Amino acid sequence: MADNAVLERPAVAGPRTRGRETRPRSARYIRRAVAVVYVVGLVILPVWIVLWRTIRQGGSAFWNAISAQSAVHAYQVTAIVAGSAVVINTVFGIGVAILLARYRFPGRRLLDVLVDVPISISPIVVGLALVLAYGTTTGRFGTDLAKAGIHVIFSAPGMVLATSFVSLPLVLREVLPVLEEEGIDQDQAARSLGANAWQRLIRVTLPTIRWALAYGVVLSIARSLGEFGALRVVSGDITGQTQTITLVVDERAEQFEPGAYQLSLILIAVSVLCMVVISFVRPGGQR
Amino acid sequence: MGIEAVGISKRFGDFVALESVDLHVETGRLTALLGPSGGGKSTLLRIIGGLDDPDEGSVHIDGLEATGVPPQRRNVGFVFQHYAAFKHLSVYRNVAFGLEIRKRPKAEIRQRVHELLELVHLEQFADRLPSQLSGGQRQRMALARALAVQPRVLLLDEPFGALDTMVRKELRDWLRRLHDEMHVTTVFVTHDQEEALEVSDELVVINHGRIEQVGTPTELYDNPDNEFVMGFLGPVTRLGPQLVRPHDIEVFLTPEPGAVEASVTRLQRIGFEVRAELATPDSTPWVQLNRGQAEALKLQVGARVWLRAARDASTLRAAG
Repeated sequence: MADNAVLERPAVAGPRTRGRETRPRSARYIRRAVAVVYVVGLVILPVWIVLWRTIRQGGSAFWNAISAQSAVHAYQVTAIVAGSAVVINTVFGIGVAILLARYRFPGRRLLDVLVDVPISISPIVVGLALVLAYGTTTGRFGTDLAKAGIHVIFSAPGMVLATSFVSLPLVLREVLPVLEEEGIDQDQAARSLGANAWQRLIRVTLPTIRWALAYGVVLSIARSLGEFGALRVVSGDITGQTQTITLVVDERAEQFEPGAYQLSLILIAVSVLCMVVISFVRPGGQR
Repeated sequence: MGIEAVGISKRFGDFVALESVDLHVETGRLTALLGPSGGGKSTLLRIIGGLDDPDEGSVHIDGLEATGVPPQRRNVGFVFQHYAAFKHLSVYRNVAFGLEIRKRPKAEIRQRVHELLELVHLEQFADRLPSQLSGGQRQRMALARALAVQPRVLLLDEPFGALDTMVRKELRDWLRRLHDEMHVTTVFVTHDQEEALEVSDELVVINHGRIEQVGTPTELYDNPDNEFVMGFLGPVTRLGPQLVRPHDIEVFLTPEPGAVEASVTRLQRIGFEVRAELATPDSTPWVQLNRGQAEALKLQVGARVWLRAARDASTLRAAG
């Protein structure tokens, strides 16, 4: 406690003192040290260990792990599940954002709040809820769907559903503020110039929100690739069938099988790629 | 022909924006809808353009039923107060927008857009983005964009409202000249009486969702139907029971038939203009004089004078 108090005082007083030079040097160093320890301890160290273990196990182990049949299958499952979820959430996000930004209707506020619920509920709970609703033997709707030959739980549809659910508002929340800021003038100008709804969407609305949309899509991809809890419950985690890369990593790590570090590295690489894309999309104040 | 709006009513919740308004705009004229904010003039314009639907009433444009027809099929040009420029498109593409939607051949689009950019003096800015233009230039671009599709009517909603005074005056003159060249039926909304008097062929004064009076600027200025129109179009002062324009009051140094006695309470010089505030037994009028008149009368605070409304002055009986 005492340490905390010492550390916090300069941080609070900081903005009030006029120039940087007037602040005590020691406070600055302490603050920097805290930041460095925080980042190193939470981010760099764990990631480095994964990287280091991968390197230590050698190039052939890396190649074997990432080209194993179960891994390749997991890539495919991940691509299908995350890809579908991102497409669904992009279409949904744009649609609902336009609805919320441009129209006033009963229940608008409720909808505005409701779309944030998925991201705040624990993914495990989401998974359980989906099983209760769509499970083949016990689900509220699942039994009827199963009779019709549609299996949701323990197969791709359920996994897409779960992934879409947990990343539902990401595109919407990026796009909505831009639409609200731009208002409806450009849309009305396009109308008066003869553009129909589809032409207005393609020629005016999408170009207006393009940076926000790109950012939202990248966020959704990152979130969908990393989804674990809901997928674990809904997919049944069936080896070689319903496993995404994230689920394979979990299985390998749990059972001390080789491949966990190598595949983790693949996931990290994709995340870093997403971050690089975001950093290109975000600056320039064009969002 | 022209625009025929009959029995237009529009409510927003409890607020009555328009109440059974009839408006007739003749082909080829430049008509101003003038009134205070919230009076319903913008709503009327948006109903003509199809951006709002009336609760009651019908709109005909050039004899064709327009009520319920979406704006994209009305063939009207609309210019917005805040330009509504397509920010991601160059000036050229902004102006070309309506023609591209109509799938006109490329060569025709190029020719038409260049003609229009020349008309609005923006030829050298064709490749710029709207964000690289000044407010006045943006509004000229918006006008060229609206004119590109050869609309049957051109509707302008407070087109100069977001511009500073100098640019405003310049664009005003320019709109007038443009209209004299193009003769497209034009309706513009403004709350600035000077702008309306200066630019328009016909004036429609709107207040509280009703049309107060319609006529040429001169008719309305000289023969206002009521106190509101008189007050909105220019300064009004009260001399005894009469409402009269302050420049229509004659000042005498000796008693005259029909003139009332008054004393000068305050003198104020604004450039070439002199404002004299006076007191009569039952009113406190002010009189607008030019410097020459004020000097000839040797007006001073406390001086006794006699006041009378000029013979051809427009006057109204004050209510109450």
